[in-house]
Amino acid sequence: MTAAERTVLRVARPWLGRLVGAGLLAAGTELAGLALMATATWLLITAAGQPPVAALTVAIVAVRTLAIARGVLRYTERLAGHDAVLRIITEVRARIFATLADRPARATDRSGDALSRLVSDVDAVQDLLLRVLVPGAAAGLVAVLAVAGAAAISPPAALPLALGLLLAGVVLPALASALTRRTAARVAPLRGALAVDAIDLTAGAADLAAFGATDATLAKAAGRAAELARLERRLGLVGWAVDGAGVLLAGATAAVVVLTALRAGTSGTLVGVLAVGTIAAVESALALVGAARQRTQLDTALARVAALLTDAEPAREPAPAAGEPGLDHVSVTYRAGAAPALDGVTLRLPPGRKVAVVGPSGAGKSTLLAVLAGTVAPDAGQVTGAGDPHRVGGLFADAHVFHAPVRDNLLLARPDATDEELAAAAGPAGFLDWVHDQPAGWDTEVGEDGGQLSGGQRQRLLLARALLLRPEVLVLDEPTEGLDPGAADAVLASVVAATPGALVLVTHRLRGLAEFDEILVLDAGRVLDRGRHTDLVARPGWYRDQWQTQESDERGYLSLGAGT
Amino acid sequence: MRRVPATRRRFAVLGLTGTATAVVVVLQATALASVLTAAAGGRLDRTGLGLFVALVAARAGLAWAQGAVTAWSAAAVKEALRVELLGSVTRRDPAWLAGQRGGSLATLAGRGLDGLDAYFTGYLPQLVLGVTIPIAVLSRLVFADWTSAVIVAVTIPLIPIFGALVGWQAQAATERQWRRLSRLGGHFLDMLSGLPTLRSFGRARAQVDVVRRMADAHRAATMKTLRIAFLSALVLELVATISVALVAVPVGLRLLSGGITLQVALLVLLLTPEAYLPLRAAGTKFHASLEGLTALDEALSALPDTAAAAGGTAVPRPGPIVLSGVTVAYDRTTALRDVSLTIQPGERVAIVGPSGAGKSTLLALLLGFVAPTAGQVRVSGVDLATADLAAWRREVAWVPQRAHLFAGTVADNVRLGAPADTDLDKAASAAALDEVIEALPEGWETMLGERGYGLSSGQRQRIALARAFLREHATLVLLDEPTARLDAASEGAVVEATLRLLAGRTGVFVAHRPALLAVADRVLRVDDGVVTELARPVPTGVGG
Repeated sequence: MTAAERTVLRVARPWLGRLVGAGLLAAGTELAGLALMATATWLLITAAGQPPVAALTVAIVAVRTLAIARGVLRYTERLAGHDAVLRIITEVRARIFATLADRPARATDRSGDALSRLVSDVDAVQDLLLRVLVPGAAAGLVAVLAVAGAAAISPPAALPLALGLLLAGVVLPALASALTRRTAARVAPLRGALAVDAIDLTAGAADLAAFGATDATLAKAAGRAAELARLERRLGLVGWAVDGAGVLLAGATAAVVVLTALRAGTSGTLVGVLAVGTIAAVESALALVGAARQRTQLDTALARVAALLTDAEPAREPAPAAGEPGLDHVSVTYRAGAAPALDGVTLRLPPGRKVAVVGPSGAGKSTLLAVLAGTVAPDAGQVTGAGDPHRVGGLFADAHVFHAPVRDNLLLARPDATDEELAAAAGPAGFLDWVHDQPAGWDTEVGEDGGQLSGGQRQRLLLARALLLRPEVLVLDEPTEGLDPGAADAVLASVVAATPGALVLVTHRLRGLAEFDEILVLDAGRVLDRGRHTDLVARPGWYRDQWQTQESDERGYLSLGAGT
Repeated sequence: MRRVPATRRRFAVLGLTGTATAVVVVLQATALASVLTAAAGGRLDRTGLGLFVALVAARAGLAWAQGAVTAWSAAAVKEALRVELLGSVTRRDPAWLAGQRGGSLATLAGRGLDGLDAYFTGYLPQLVLGVTIPIAVLSRLVFADWTSAVIVAVTIPLIPIFGALVGWQAQAATERQWRRLSRLGGHFLDMLSGLPTLRSFGRARAQVDVVRRMADAHRAATMKTLRIAFLSALVLELVATISVALVAVPVGLRLLSGGITLQVALLVLLLTPEAYLPLRAAGTKFHASLEGLTALDEALSALPDTAAAAGGTAVPRPGPIVLSGVTVAYDRTTALRDVSLTIQPGERVAIVGPSGAGKSTLLALLLGFVAPTAGQVRVSGVDLATADLAAWRREVAWVPQRAHLFAGTVADNVRLGAPADTDLDKAASAAALDEVIEALPEGWETMLGERGYGLSSGQRQRIALARAFLREHATLVLLDEPTARLDAASEGAVVEATLRLLAGRTGVFVAHRPALLAVADRVLRVDDGVVTELARPVPTGVGG
């Protein structure tokens, strides 16, 4: 048993009783089938000797009972097995999501991959339990009982039967695994890559079409599909050869058993029973070939599931965050040897304080917000209030809009919010009018990642969600991105007015900052300058240059917009 | 099935192996009955035993051949469907795709189609055997013992009849289950994409329960399906096993009276279960293959009826772009209303206006992503509706508002449609991308995540810009807020580079940031789908 299989079984432990029950029912089903044919054979051969009818009564009743028992046992076995396994699957899905939820997203973690991982790798767990473990254990039990039965009838004939069962149940499956392992291992990653192709082709359709790259990307995907088909054909060829060998094995074992039993002088009636029973027993042991084949194909997927199931519980519980939120001489260096992204930054955030963070891109603005919120840990210095979204939270770069109604997207910030509270948050964000214009109102679906919204509306929704959170310190990363300057100014002003607590605003636009208590000018991770707007425009430096450039530009723009 | 690639020859092979298997099954039972009859008398029937082993070997060979053929068919069909399914996506316009869940399609093209395996390698061959074996068995039984033949002949049709009766129920239930599974896939992709957001609201842990609820709902629904689906398997199994009892008991009683020989009795007993086996297997495999068939149905309905509009009229370059009376209506909104305008070659047209007013739609029209609901877009006199769009798009360098980042390296993402030997460095420095690449751990070879994870919006924008800069021979430049999210310093650099890109080309750009407006010859204002022209050029007072 591999480490991955042990991990899965550990998760399955609470439902192990149900699984064992299903296994026993499965063994019962097989035995009923075997006994039905064996008893019927005994009945016929005995009847040919023309004994009194009374000698056959028990056999007749047994044949009829077994005929019904087999079907009923099969039905209960399948229901019990599926129910147990699906319960385990639910747990596995939830645990995988929990692991991913606790894990910082990495650049290589592609959601196409993750999707393929959840849907098909988790099904691998289902297959492991339902198609490998339960039938495997049942076939083993049937084999042991069949050999015992044969030994009771004719000890010498039990030997070839045991050998045939060993070949069918152990050697043949091992052979099948050995022959297909390498090929099977290549299938799962190929499927993942195909899923990613599918997403690139849908989500990136416009980019591909505009740059004439559609055909090349499609050809790449088609190449993967062809490779997958090639591997599947190879698996099929080998797999069915093994199945054929199994058919041959069942017949050959029966022939040897008949020969041995006759040589040993076993009663003629029982030779027939042995022959028919042998064929049934070996055929049931052949289930192990299918189980082993399944198991080979599950290896890769199971290993990945196990990796997600065994991840240590992260110790990311927010530290008791007493005291006023803020940064004290905080430094962050992402990679050893690289320039620090943040270098000795101090920021105090008493209630109601409005702070803007400006500076060229790459200056460390987003890092500052990430440290404040607790998604990035500082390498030096003290952070207070991080890790609790109700202390420090809001709108971060690359915020996601969920494929759900507007309401659900907003409720993320405050699950118990009333419609009035939703409106109070959407109003300042300039989102309320649009919501009222929609026939479905708050229940309007927004599409995948807000795809049914315009860029501006998507931004306003994100902003409304951040406002609904009402944290001690509201952080906003470029809240007016994608809005035209007129709207941006209006929205910023109403958002500032609607924020009773502290506010940290990261922006590239310097308009509307006059009322802010403090403006930090960051460059290369360091605070280049800080002060109020009036101070900063009064002294030479990056801020004054930017202010003048933007002002002259926007005056021209706004006069254009309004002046005709 | 008509749209599935030709597998007729393989089906013919299936018929042949099926017939041969049926003959071998009858012969094998005959040989075994003879061996067992002799054994009952304590004798060894050497010829019979040899024949039996030889026939078993033949059956094994046939099983292998049949399996191999069906496995090949399944692989071929799935490959063809996958390619066609992914290809169909590229024939849709991007506006249609925006409403689709990428995850659903990924599920369908992957696991969904794999469900077809059960159909091709399980159901179909068993169905063939379900015809050939009963016929062969009945033909033999009629000669051996006609009363048993009657019992088998009467009970065998019960299998497809019961199968159909219970099966219809299962079919509807499985279809519902499939939709649920597909929704689960889409739901999970969405949840994973939004994980950073969930974390930022402290809701990631809470969503674990949502995922658990979804999975548990899936379990409950599946069990409901299975209770019915397995019921049909139960009925099928009972018909088969009870028939064995129905045949064996009277035959045994007739043996008592000497009305039948032991060899015939044994033959009847051995052949009877063989007659039910393939139909029963087909029945159980049918339920397993339903999921695959549902996926197939979904795949075929996802394929658009229209073939790709290949060819079309070539657009002579360069020429004026004329919009006459263009209206674009979406499901819920009208993005553009009766727009008429002319853009001369070499002109630079800026588009301003509030968000959601229709600016991006105007660019999508020029790219041929959106077809006008009314009116025409003509380039050099050629209507874009009938033009060779692929050729026309080669004339266009486009910078979208939110570029998709593809699975691959930074270099792959910038290169996109360009030849492999393209010099990327020039475009990178023009787009101010070079400094981004220097900061990346593996430079040009850094792998990018699905939605550009690891890159900021500004960095993503520069990749989009670099793509556009690679289109050196483009005659039209379309930019959708190219400088959004860039700081003033790099914005200056980008505007400068954009100017170089615009030199000698027609340019249409959406600009919220004013720096670009300075280079426009004309400014159009789009408001609520209505385009008004602002007569005078922008004052060029950059820097105060």
